[in-house]
Amino acid sequence: MSVSITKANGFAFTEASKAQAEAHIAKYPAGRQTSAVMPLLTIAQEQNDGWLSQPCIEYVAGYLSMPPIRVHEVATFYTMYRLGPVGKQVIEVCTTTPCWLRGSDDIIEACEAELGIKVGQTTPDGQFTLLEVECAGACVNAPVCSIHKKYYEDLDAKSMRQIIKALRAGKTPKAGPQIKRQTSAPAGGLTTLKEIAPAEGRGA
Amino acid sequence: MPTLTINGKEITVEPGTTVMRACEEMGIEVPHFCYHERLSIAGNCRMCLVEMEHSPKPIASCAMPAGDGMVIYTDTPEVKKAREGVMEFLLINHPLDCPICDQGGECDLQDQAIAYGTGKSRYQENKRAVKDKDIGPLVKTIMTRCIHCTRCVRFATEVAGIEELGALGRGEDMEITSYLERSLESELSGNIIDLCPVGALTSKPYAFTARSWELVKTETIDVMDALGSNIRLDARDNEVMRILPRLHEDVNEEWISDKTRFHYDGLGRRRLDRPYVKKQGKLQEASWSEAFEAIATKLNGLKGGELAGIIGDLADLESMYALKLLFRAVGSKRLECRQDGAAVEAGCRAGYLFNSTVAGIEEADLLLLVGANPRLEAAVLNARIRKGVREYGLKVARIGPAADLTYEVEDLGDEAALLADILSGHHAFSGRLMAAERPMVVLGAGALQRRDGAAIIGAVRRLADHFGLVGKDWNGFNVLHGAASRVGGLDLGLTSSGGIAAILDDAASGKAKVVFLMAADEFDMAKLKQAFVIYLGSHGDAGAEVADVVLPGAAYAEKDGLYINLEGRVQEGLRAIFPPGDARHDWTILRALSDVLDKPLPFDSFGELRAGLIADLPHLNQRDVAAAAKWGKFGSDKEPKAGGLGAVSSGYFLTNPIARASKILNEVQDLANGVPREATGTDG
Repeated sequence: MSVSITKANGFAFTEASKAQAEAHIAKYPAGRQTSAVMPLLTIAQEQNDGWLSQPCIEYVAGYLSMPPIRVHEVATFYTMYRLGPVGKQVIEVCTTTPCWLRGSDDIIEACEAELGIKVGQTTPDGQFTLLEVECAGACVNAPVCSIHKKYYEDLDAKSMRQIIKALRAGKTPKAGPQIKRQTSAPAGGLTTLKEIAPAEGRGA
Repeated sequence: MPTLTINGKEITVEPGTTVMRACEEMGIEVPHFCYHERLSIAGNCRMCLVEMEHSPKPIASCAMPAGDGMVIYTDTPEVKKAREGVMEFLLINHPLDCPICDQGGECDLQDQAIAYGTGKSRYQENKRAVKDKDIGPLVKTIMTRCIHCTRCVRFATEVAGIEELGALGRGEDMEITSYLERSLESELSGNIIDLCPVGALTSKPYAFTARSWELVKTETIDVMDALGSNIRLDARDNEVMRILPRLHEDVNEEWISDKTRFHYDGLGRRRLDRPYVKKQGKLQEASWSEAFEAIATKLNGLKGGELAGIIGDLADLESMYALKLLFRAVGSKRLECRQDGAAVEAGCRAGYLFNSTVAGIEEADLLLLVGANPRLEAAVLNARIRKGVREYGLKVARIGPAADLTYEVEDLGDEAALLADILSGHHAFSGRLMAAERPMVVLGAGALQRRDGAAIIGAVRRLADHFGLVGKDWNGFNVLHGAASRVGGLDLGLTSSGGIAAILDDAASGKAKVVFLMAADEFDMAKLKQAFVIYLGSHGDAGAEVADVVLPGAAYAEKDGLYINLEGRVQEGLRAIFPPGDARHDWTILRALSDVLDKPLPFDSFGELRAGLIADLPHLNQRDVAAAAKWGKFGSDKEPKAGGLGAVSSGYFLTNPIARASKILNEVQDLANGVPREATGTDG
């Protein structure tokens, strides 16, 4: 893992980002504004096409009156801050044990084949970045990946490829389980509570 | 007061004491890497584990406050096993390249691995490797050796006041670096070399030049500034290889400035190693007798007033005293120790001392800097002020040009007339000064060197009187000198009316026919062209260039001598090496010269000279004490003229002949001036 940061052109919050940043800073007592460093880095990252450049880090440091090295420390400690440019769509495939047992290796393979890149790389057209992440917290729908804050669940190689194809075509594929399944209800249909209790039974 | 039991013995300690300190009070050593008594507690190396009754796991003793009724064991098999486990983990990623490591022989990890390391590694995998960082010309990094104790990060943040170092990444990927690998911009950065418990941060100039066990160690006093830091010169084969700080709680704690640490290569460069006499407008090598004859011929028939002497910043008391006696013998009193033109006057001792004492800064609650930049004039003292601000609630205000001192300073403005404002009570600061319990005023070079410096000193004295800065057990009047010889020279009364400016003017007009320079190089030499100049010093600097006779003297590392620091503390410097070539200790030269002049000085040995000196200045008998000086009247009664106080010259690292001869310090100064740096030969 690299901890160095990339030079880039200048950075400054937009008015919308500023409003968000101020809301976070207001949560802390006066003089403790540095506590807001993590949300501010997130705001900066979202504004800066999904990654933190050197100017982003220095801007946040200046915004919170803290030395840049302290912000740099935070940005390198947490893996959700990205320190290099990423594609427009970042595909984060979970490969932790439950997903792995349910075939996350196939998902990675499908992504790599469909995109023509390896994990950690970005397609030459700058559209996609493929990343491996630790537990996404959706084990019940394993295997999963997340793209743009949306979870795609119950994947297999075929549905994964279809999602990528749809994204490439500019469509927004349906998030959630990619098999016939209602959210995280049992995949083979309900096993209990199959019928609604008779109305008169309620509260009787 | 909690009472706890350690290894079966009871001990009562102050509340807030950690278990480790309690152990140390009982004489039990607890191994540790990250803990350092002058830094905040990190608790991340885990080497200090001890067993505590009722605790399921061993505890980190450096971070655990001692509690009443605690039962601690430090010598059980459980403790040993825990520490061995920590050591094994530390060594997993440590390269074990001790044979090629400069820390070898004085390495905490090496020492403790002997006690807690196993002879064999169970680790079969590849060790991690970390890229070395370039953090400047002074500190060499071999980051693979780093054990992530973060002492350097804490030092930079807390003591030096430069938040430039940090730990990036996490877990196995953690790396210590400066922001974007920039050079450290601190005058204290060399101290992280001492703090590093392993060989990750070592001295770049010292790299691969010597091993710690082959060095002869001499405990002496630093002369780079007036603080009188306690240092140790490590020498081999008559060459000083490195300089380390010694612990002195009241002076430098355990820090020294980079100028002190790295000037040593200047001791061997540009040295005057034989006498020279100017013949046909050119300095030519000469014998001692030729040189003395040339002086005797010139002094013959000279009236006392036509001979003047200027004393440099690095002179020891004995040399100054010997010169004073020689001058008296030939009938001149015109000796001047204030070559920078500072307006301090001999006489009332409290008028030129740092009366609050250095340690006293921690007791003060309000500090007013007048034309002072302690960061440049005495970097270690500045760290003490920072400590006062951080830990003891000291507030700092300033009259003088703004500069970053690493702590918060309230700028009152760069205007000398503010002193009168404050005195009159109309200024907002007056009330605060009146209310403060232990207020301090520090006069720096910018105030002392102004043309009406005496008026500023007088104004500050009136301020001190009016606002009660001087009391029974507190004296808040402080002069921040820059020269190691200054207080000694003033104690010896080596001042002349008109100061250096008058001497230079007289030399230019021909009134002063002979000027004797005792390693004095810090003024405009052009005015000395008319005069016959005798230069007694160690380095071929500005003074030697204009000299008619050069007498090669000894640098401070080459002679025993007494120094008085800015607090008035008498400290003894010891000889570490011998002067090069024909160079001699200054007093022997002056004694020999007095014979040629047929006015033999009344001493034949260094012991006799020192005895005479102490007879004249009995307070020299009291070593290492900053005794309170009697308050009195000094300074001018005139009001200081309106206008700004000058900034301290920017060439911080090059303020004396030794420093200017040092390649290392020249490189550091270039860096500070923004000159781009090339990789040095010691880069890996």
